[in-house]
Amino acid sequence: MNQTGEPLLDVRGLCAGYGASMVLEKLDFSMGVEAVAIVGRNGMGKTTLCDTLVGFLPSSDGQISLRGRRVDGLAPERIARMGIAYVPQGRRLFPSLTVDEHLAMLARGTRNKRWTPEAVYELFPRLAERKRHSGGNLSGGEQQMLAVGRALLLNADLIVMDEPSEGLAPTIVDVLVDAVHHLVDEGVAVLVVEQNLRAAVRMAHRQLVMVSGAIEAQFAGDELLTRPDLQRRYLGVGTAKEEIQ
Amino acid sequence: MTATLQRASAGPTTRRRRAELRRLPAWAVAAAAVAAAVWVAFLADGTPAGAAVTDPGNFVVTLLDAVTFAGLLFVAASGFTLIFGLMRTVNMAHGSLFLLAAYVAIRVQEAMVGRSRNIDASDVGLLDWVVPMLVGATVAAVLGLVIQQVFLQWNEGQELRQALITLAITVVLADQMLREFGGLAGRMVWPGAVTHFFTIMGERYALTRVFMLGVAVLVGVLLWLWLNKTSLGMVIRAGVDDRQMVRGLGINIKRVFAVTFFVGSFLAGLGGVLGASFAGVAPGTDGDWLLNALVVVIIGGLGSIKGAVAGSLLYGTVVAFAPAYLPSQYSFYAIIVTFALLAMVLAVRPYGLFGRPA
Repeated sequence: MNQTGEPLLDVRGLCAGYGASMVLEKLDFSMGVEAVAIVGRNGMGKTTLCDTLVGFLPSSDGQISLRGRRVDGLAPERIARMGIAYVPQGRRLFPSLTVDEHLAMLARGTRNKRWTPEAVYELFPRLAERKRHSGGNLSGGEQQMLAVGRALLLNADLIVMDEPSEGLAPTIVDVLVDAVHHLVDEGVAVLVVEQNLRAAVRMAHRQLVMVSGAIEAQFAGDELLTRPDLQRRYLGVGTAKEEIQ
Repeated sequence: MTATLQRASAGPTTRRRRAELRRLPAWAVAAAAVAAAVWVAFLADGTPAGAAVTDPGNFVVTLLDAVTFAGLLFVAASGFTLIFGLMRTVNMAHGSLFLLAAYVAIRVQEAMVGRSRNIDASDVGLLDWVVPMLVGATVAAVLGLVIQQVFLQWNEGQELRQALITLAITVVLADQMLREFGGLAGRMVWPGAVTHFFTIMGERYALTRVFMLGVAVLVGVLLWLWLNKTSLGMVIRAGVDDRQMVRGLGINIKRVFAVTFFVGSFLAGLGGVLGASFAGVAPGTDGDWLLNALVVVIIGGLGSIKGAVAGSLLYGTVVAFAPAYLPSQYSFYAIIVTFALLAMVLAVRPYGLFGRPA
């Protein structure tokens, strides 16, 4: 929560899905300027939630408010300009563009703002070395840095990240965890959806567990990481085993 | 998301098998190209042009014919591929915009020169050609923008419906142009300054064709600079890759669509004016040039500017060389070579040379 007591993001009774099949069913949660992780098994609707928050998928009921202003039902470009940036699953970089072009195409709106292409290169020096490489010819970690950097250029209040640690080497996940903490320190909220429980706990102090399209439980700190019984209950045995090692 | 799924489902075995299937025709095509080159260079006695080693002059003229015609093809097709690449709209009205710009430019040129028939090239200054060209192309661009705003925008994402709408517009425009401009062939007159011949390898060659190539190269360079050096150009290229993600970055894609359609229609208009200067226009030219644009982008790959360059060069080469280097009694069948080219390219690369699956 921020000083005024009004949450940054407030989601109430959100329903969404594809055609007749409902994926999100009366989902509620809210967050302030903090990092929040959403964890859960495959197929619980995590990506659907992300897509709905940024307007890629229309919601069928409920509401999404950012700083008290409704954003549900708006076009993705309006939501982005109102302050929700998206780092989607699989990064979705533009293979035709170089690293520098990914940032340059958004540079016009960043003058005198906190995040400019230069600031992104400062945060991720490895990207600066790859300026002229195409988006498709980067390592997984570099791609993720570029996807995050691109989202930062919106100078948004909230960044939604879908599976940012997917397919990344542990050292790169460290870089990502640091970046998330750094952003929160600077006043940018981060909502991160993660399969990787360890990464989720390291990025976000508060974790919400999603089960069948709704938030089922909430944990703080590393409680979830140290309690196999909770993991079995909410995340399924297979996931727990993987994550514990 | 679907793309990821497809990628995930295409395991290593499928991918390898597909690669094997491709390799064989690739060799066949290379062999065909080499055979054609050897034929043209050494064996083509008894053809209108004769073997290149014995008659180099004819070869150079044919080559010039090929690249200059390719220039015109590129201008005509680049707008088509630009619009398709970003918006997935198959703009069947592209040929109509081509023809309309040509008619308008002819009218403007007649007004500027002050004569309506038998304009002599010596009366046409450079401006008497450039101004009509810009006016004609701008009219096409504005009409294209109106078509997009009024008819296509609210059918966004429904590609078949958009194609049918633009097809209907083609029919309406063809009738209206017949009413307004009549059924006779019209012709733009090249500026007098470029209307003469020069000699190369003992053969006379029209400077106007080289001028046309120069204009095409200039258009290509400007288009390249726009797409690669401006932020709007980068946004368009990004939109070709992933439209939804571009919107997710806060970019108003509708405005980008409008600009793209305007520019694409402007390019169609430029092509029309070049075409009217090169070979004249008449009712039916719209269909011919829609077809030409389609052939170029099918060879080069829908949506790729690089592909439009490659497609224009290949198509231009076939159009120029086939009648000159087929045995005289078969010259009439030169058009078939175009289809052979299409078939071979599609056999090796089903999405065209630089195309990607949608």
